[in-house]
Amino acid sequence: MKHLRLLFIVCLVLLPLPTSAADEDYGYPLTGSYEATILGTPVDMIPLFPAKTPTRQLVLDVIPGRIKPPIFFYDEGLRCTFAYQKKKAPLVFLIAGTGGSDRAPKLMNMMKALHQAGFHVITLPSSTNTNFIVSASQNRVPGNLPEDAADIYRVMEAAWQQIQADIEVSSFHLGGYSLGAGHAAFVAKLDEERKIFNFRRVLMINPPVSLYNSMARIEEMLKQIPGGSRKQGVFFNKMLSRFSLFYRYGNFVAINDDFLYAMYTEELFSREETAGLIGLTFRISLAGMIFSSDVMTNSGYVVPKNRVLHHTDPLFDYFLVSTHLSFFDYFNEHFYPHFLKLQPGLTKQALIDLSSLKSIEGYLKSSTKFGMMTNENDFILTRAELDYLRDLFGERGKIYPRGGHLGNLEYKDNLTYMVNFFKQGGTAP
Amino acid sequence: MREALCCRTGRMIFVMTLALALAGCATTGLPTAHEEPARHSISEFSDQRFAEVYDPWEEFNRNMYRFNYYFDKYLFLPLVSGYEFATPTILQERISSFYRNLGEVKNLTNSLFQLKGEESATTFARFLTNSTLGLGGLFDPATAFGLERHEQDFGKTLGYWGVDSGPYLVLPIFGPSSLRDTGGLAVDSAINYGIYTAIDPFGFTGNSFPIDTGITALGVVDARHQQSFRYYESGYPFEYYMVRFFYHKMREIESGRPLSAD
Repeated sequence: MKHLRLLFIVCLVLLPLPTSAADEDYGYPLTGSYEATILGTPVDMIPLFPAKTPTRQLVLDVIPGRIKPPIFFYDEGLRCTFAYQKKKAPLVFLIAGTGGSDRAPKLMNMMKALHQAGFHVITLPSSTNTNFIVSASQNRVPGNLPEDAADIYRVMEAAWQQIQADIEVSSFHLGGYSLGAGHAAFVAKLDEERKIFNFRRVLMINPPVSLYNSMARIEEMLKQIPGGSRKQGVFFNKMLSRFSLFYRYGNFVAINDDFLYAMYTEELFSREETAGLIGLTFRISLAGMIFSSDVMTNSGYVVPKNRVLHHTDPLFDYFLVSTHLSFFDYFNEHFYPHFLKLQPGLTKQALIDLSSLKSIEGYLKSSTKFGMMTNENDFILTRAELDYLRDLFGERGKIYPRGGHLGNLEYKDNLTYMVNFFKQGGTAP
Repeated sequence: MREALCCRTGRMIFVMTLALALAGCATTGLPTAHEEPARHSISEFSDQRFAEVYDPWEEFNRNMYRFNYYFDKYLFLPLVSGYEFATPTILQERISSFYRNLGEVKNLTNSLFQLKGEESATTFARFLTNSTLGLGGLFDPATAFGLERHEQDFGKTLGYWGVDSGPYLVLPIFGPSSLRDTGGLAVDSAINYGIYTAIDPFGFTGNSFPIDTGITALGVVDARHQQSFRYYESGYPFEYYMVRFFYHKMREIESGRPLSAD
């Protein structure tokens, strides 16, 4: 199962296009947006990190007395990974993207790069990860950025409380990618009032401008498959058998990088199919959130209301049902009603606007502590949104010519940029 | 997880764990409040099912999956951490390399069983190179010479000759497997054991039992050390099904016969 991640990547695979785009000195090789997103950074272009990074797992009791349903028997608290220095050093909190755990592969490489450069690091799961929904989310319905930020802030405080006797910290910083970048913005804003950490530097990597719009764009990708998302099972099975056949016709040793590269050069999947696979991966990730939120709120959304699931009860049908629900279904049928109940009169548009950077743009524009990294071809942004980010962050923004959504995050230049950003802690950029 | 681990200690642990695991299962709580149908159910979708695997023993498997989590948590991983703490990284790498080289025996026998001439020759050359130039397998110069490693086992051999994988099966400690692959694991272990007993490399010491046991135990720890998978770590509520699917599909793809291009 060491290939688990690889296959996960592959299953969703990809890739036509590219060549040209003869771009200056930027050496990240994959020119297409989708292929970069799925293939990420080739192994030999990820920096080599020391074999051991001293880490400790923190398991936090963020909401004392929280009752956890038996199906989540293994959840013993909110998990964070803490990489520490033996001497006084700045500490960076990193927030995972949609669905990611505190040990998401991208997060681990960011952590190693920062630790190598002399930082303490604490990684946090996404608020959309089941561990977070079960152990740290007050409302158990993730996706509302200001509310998520309050939950995340509480986790950070609990983490800090647990470790502050053990280490010396010179200053605090914050970073996140994708949805986690959106969270970072709102957490930083909250910190201006709460003043526990007084973050010096805050880095947003591949952020959405409007969470709702970005989700909508990913949903759009699934519409490119025959029959749309309602026929995603047919699509998945078809892609999978093509994938298997390709392997068996070729003379491959294993499902490894060579095989992936061959798939890429042979254009095994069309552009539309690649888009569909990305959309489907996203749905699979979202399904975990929908199911967990439903179980935790006992809403009767995909699991019958009042049903108590135990550790051997079959869940596969819930998986199939949840993957067939779109982000819009979740928003309209579960998310919006939840917040409407708490705040009668709340309109959908108002709720959507809450989770947009535009709602705090004055703050983002004026605060010198922010930095932003994204890519010209990140498909979660429209052209207008990219221009918006360019305007909003000006000199503080770094826009790479390619990399898709997060594909170049682990590329050496990008990691170096990230490390240097935090090294400038305290001074204006 | 499936790799390595063999023989005596393995057998004993197997029996013990099985007993423990079975004792730990059963119980399905009674619903306390009246159930109401969910807003969405499977009946409203007319799509093919996907990422599903034949798993008639799901209840047993899910119990075993949980058992492995606890076994890892309270015994296996603390042991591995102790090992990682006490041993310098360089030494860990040499140890892993040593056991990987021993694993070539299994790769070789099975590529022979599959009548793969070229692959067998490559694997044999690897084994020779690494056992000599690589100082008994502590280093892996063969890869640098362009000799690629081919992972083989008897489960793949069976698959190659057309044996269906059968039901999915989660084994104690070893983790994800199938009925066919479990049989394969037994055969590989038996062959290893046979070869080892025939050679009896430590027979001359008069203390071969404790030495053999030590080698096996270290192999078990090394195998877990090399495997980064942790049960329930993904924080994905359908993790069991994802692992099941990936395991099954990987095995199916990698054990299948190559097809000719026309």
